[in-house]
Amino acid sequence: MSLVRDMISIAAVSAGAFFFLAGTVGLLRFPDTLTRLHALTKADNLGLGLVVLGLLPQADSLRDALKLVSIWLLGLLAGATVSQLIARAARQGGSIR
Amino acid sequence: MSIATAFEIMLAAVLLGLGIWTIVVRETFSATVGFVAYGLLVALIWVRLDAADVALTEAAIGGGLSGVLLLGAAARLRDAEPMAEAAPGKLLRATAAALSVLTTATLAGTVLLLPDPAPSLAPASVANAWATGLSNPVTNVLMAFRAMDTMLEKVVLVLAIVGVWSLAPDSAWGGRPGPRHRADPYGVLAFLARLLSPVGIVVGIYVFWTGANHPGGAFQGGAILASMWLLATMAGLADAPPVSSRPLRLILVAGSGLFLIVGLAGLLFGAAFLSYAPALAKPLILGIEVAMVLTIATTLGLLLSGAPERSAEPWAP
Repeated sequence: MSLVRDMISIAAVSAGAFFFLAGTVGLLRFPDTLTRLHALTKADNLGLGLVVLGLLPQADSLRDALKLVSIWLLGLLAGATVSQLIARAARQGGSIR
Repeated sequence: MSIATAFEIMLAAVLLGLGIWTIVVRETFSATVGFVAYGLLVALIWVRLDAADVALTEAAIGGGLSGVLLLGAAARLRDAEPMAEAAPGKLLRATAAALSVLTTATLAGTVLLLPDPAPSLAPASVANAWATGLSNPVTNVLMAFRAMDTMLEKVVLVLAIVGVWSLAPDSAWGGRPGPRHRADPYGVLAFLARLLSPVGIVVGIYVFWTGANHPGGAFQGGAILASMWLLATMAGLADAPPVSSRPLRLILVAGSGLFLIVGLAGLLFGAAFLSYAPALAKPLILGIEVAMVLTIATTLGLLLSGAPERSAEPWAP
């Protein structure tokens, strides 16, 4: 049983790490602010989500699992809001480059 | 070499590189962003050292609130930056470099010359945890064994706010600190402030409450509460109170004041200044901490709001 749980964890965390890597590459390589934000939100939403998903089978109690999920939800909320704010500022400032 | 060691070496190298970049980079804004990332990495290092209490404080203060403070300063300095272009002279640079190298060498030497095992009071503080009824050794040290330091720290917070307020022009004295933030009441920021503030307040109180037995405490919880207050202020949903407000001033001195009263009571009825009667230790400590978390949250929020700039006219949303 613990082998199955470990396999799920390894697979999900690896996939999460891949999305973080892809998001970082996008942040460094994409040409303008909006596309860079697009790349970054993939790291935040999917990457963090998959890492949390992978850690859930390792959680000791339901309490810890709920804490992990709420970290992901708060990350989603913060990431989505900040991307909106940055994108709006970039459009109004005309500094899309 | 294990994976953990490789990770630690990489973490230290990235931290060093980020530190150098923060100093070398020209724009104030970039340096501030670098400093925030630096604070978060330092917090990760504290986690690796099993110092979760310090990591929480570092992330909240070093990464979060200091970052907001420096960003505000960078925004104000932006207009003045072209004037400060004149580079310091060669002699000044050489002196600064020599002093920095000397300080670093002294610190490195001190760390390397520590006896092994390093002298530690940690076992003694863990062994005496029964005296307070709290099981987080860090809270025990802060609130009981070295309570004097914590009390004086709260006095320093009051002095800091006096220092910031004293920058106010005469015309604004007694008024509200900082600029009035205006944001679209139906915009993204106001949405975040409405949604996140209740969650953040619960998390802040939880971090404070759990500090008795787990990592956390008044400072970390207070920093979270302060950031929720600042979020509501920046979103234009609330306004900083005028500094002439008496309830506000009472809250600002509540932490150190209650600490002092309990300390003097210990001198009168107990063994020494700041000694708690064993039966009352836990409720007394919790009572002081409740006052402290209010004081810390208010002080940190006001420190970031800045000096009074506006008159105290009632605020209309």
